[in-house]
Amino acid sequence: MTDTAIKVENLSKQYIIGRHADKGDGLRHVIQNALTGPLRWAGNGFRRDPRTYEEFWALDDISFEVGVGEVIGIIGRNGAGKSTLLKVLSRITEQTKGRITLRGRMASLLEVGTGFHPELTGRENIYLNGAVLGMTRVEIKRKFDEIVEFAEVAKFLDTPVKRYSSGMYVRLAFAVAAHLEPEILVVDEVLAVGDMDFQRKCLGKMDEVSKQGRTVLFVSHNMATIARLCDRSIMLKKGQLLLDGPTDDVISEYLAEGARESAIPLYERADRLGNGKARLTHVEMLDEHGRSVDHLASGHALRLRVHYRWEGDDAPPPAEMYAVVSRDETVQFVMSSSMSTGEPIQLQREGCVDMVLPSIPLASGLFALEICLASPNLNETFDAVGNAMFFEVVDGDFFGSGKVRPNEHWKNPGVLVPHTCESQGAAQTTPVDDTGHRRQAS
Amino acid sequence: MSDTVTTPAIKEVVLEPGKAQKQYWIDLWRYRELFYFLTWRDILVRYKQTVVGVAWAVVRPLLTMLILTFVFGYLAGMESGDVPYPILVMCAMLPWQFFSTAMSESGQSLVRNAGMVSKVYFPRLIVPASSVITSLVDFMISVVILAGVMAYYRFVPGWEVVYLPALVTLAFGAAFGIGVWVSALMVRYRDFRFIIPFVVQFGLYISPVGFASSVVPDQWRLLYSVNPMVGVIDGFRWAVLGGEHEVYVPGLVMSVVLVLAMIYSGIWFFRKTEKTFADII
Repeated sequence: MTDTAIKVENLSKQYIIGRHADKGDGLRHVIQNALTGPLRWAGNGFRRDPRTYEEFWALDDISFEVGVGEVIGIIGRNGAGKSTLLKVLSRITEQTKGRITLRGRMASLLEVGTGFHPELTGRENIYLNGAVLGMTRVEIKRKFDEIVEFAEVAKFLDTPVKRYSSGMYVRLAFAVAAHLEPEILVVDEVLAVGDMDFQRKCLGKMDEVSKQGRTVLFVSHNMATIARLCDRSIMLKKGQLLLDGPTDDVISEYLAEGARESAIPLYERADRLGNGKARLTHVEMLDEHGRSVDHLASGHALRLRVHYRWEGDDAPPPAEMYAVVSRDETVQFVMSSSMSTGEPIQLQREGCVDMVLPSIPLASGLFALEICLASPNLNETFDAVGNAMFFEVVDGDFFGSGKVRPNEHWKNPGVLVPHTCESQGAAQTTPVDDTGHRRQAS
Repeated sequence: MSDTVTTPAIKEVVLEPGKAQKQYWIDLWRYRELFYFLTWRDILVRYKQTVVGVAWAVVRPLLTMLILTFVFGYLAGMESGDVPYPILVMCAMLPWQFFSTAMSESGQSLVRNAGMVSKVYFPRLIVPASSVITSLVDFMISVVILAGVMAYYRFVPGWEVVYLPALVTLAFGAAFGIGVWVSALMVRYRDFRFIIPFVVQFGLYISPVGFASSVVPDQWRLLYSVNPMVGVIDGFRWAVLGGEHEVYVPGLVMSVVLVLAMIYSGIWFFRKTEKTFADII
């Protein structure tokens, strides 16, 4: 790996965010400026009055190098700057400072189906999308059959894609992108499309691409995918490069970091979203006797008590609270006040909301909890904290079978659901197989 | 690193802020196929799921011509000299319609293709330019209709008709110049979505479409020619009809200069703001 494919030096990207969305923006303001100095105004392009706007560094002094043929994962929480980095690298937007040197033809895949037109047929869209992604007509023609076969849409080639099922649509879109042949490929979270089978096919294709000696930059929230595809990873946090090293190390640091952050009291946490009208102050995990605990066993009752304060000037409104339980960045299930009762909850100036699980449907492991307090239609987020709490689940008798851990070989079986298996005489049943979707820890 | 042997196909690209990339124009050439595909898409999409399909491209200008002939030629009783009124109207209407659709289409093109602009790289100039080309295709169809109408009236144009391509180029330039400006501005100021239809409507009355520009008093002719379409439309009448329809040369020269200035400044402004499109669209 002596050859460098991508060299990034001191890369920074600044965004200007309006402090008051309705002030100073719009044409009226511009006309005023234009009348006082038309040439200066045109020369400034879209730059605006610094007094009303705030600076925000989406990328802050990032430097790294990627060798030819390397497959690099980019890890970071939402808002860490991953997408911005990809956008700058793929020349969609320009950096504020710094230098990027790219050696070789680069293609980026930030979204599946960019440029697809619903009225056009599958065939027409293959050509169009290919051209949008930078393929030449000859290239597309050469790959056409392969693309169609990969997407499994041969029968519907002359149907407008607006009549495609969403599965067919993403399959076709991914198929076109997968047959790009650039020297450098930049991919953003696009593998999580389609059904299981297709996802596996996509991953296989990515494996293949990386084995062909192409340089790949890959963003995903799915640690399992990153671990499978990338040998080296980069971790971003708040626009800064925090860690650059072997993927396993970076992933464990990433997970550990999340856990460390949750040690900070919830009301002091800075990594929150929302307009600040409410503040989540504290989360408690209570067992069936109302005692505060930090771990629980599968199958036991759980009461999550979320304390909040209403800090808006207006009276506390009805609201929706939801909690997302995830493991290794993969969502396991969601609890929501409106989902369970069909109604929003009435907030108080200060209060708490209990989310009650009669039986914890999780196998042993460490789980992260994201909590969000929003308006009932989710248009307005009052406060939201990812990794608000980590909690541990230990093996328990979920199924009431008398056995704590039914089978030693099960690892991360996902969510446990009550069920029974009935054996009957004649019919032979095939044993349930692991889906193969998740990589087994080796 | 760079002194290692690599295949000549591998090119190095350096991205730095604020630098006018000289490869922009090379990229524009490299992406010429996208240019073609966008134009092709717009033409294809326009007549999808319509019963008569491409026939609309013929029906639309034909109907407009009939209405204008009826209103101006018959009801208002405008003079048309020794030329059949429908031909007089069409000679003005075709360039005007080309200009107005091309301008408004290319003005809106970037916002309409927002998804592409924010998700994939290509020289953005392709988008407004390909919209103008799309309108040009419609215009070509209309020209064929004009030829048909002329054949019907057994009207033979003079030698001046050879200047027609130059005039089409001028109209193309005018539409492109304004379209580039508007498309870049509309990325931030959606106000132009409302301004453009108004300009088009207003422009129809101040351009010599329903009348001849000789109606305008001589001392105002030059000022009147600030509207670049005056030169184009007058030129069109002169090229097709010849005879008494003369071109006001200072006006035409002014149109050319204005159009060139518009294109030059438009591209300059576009290039200047282009890099922020993805952030604000």
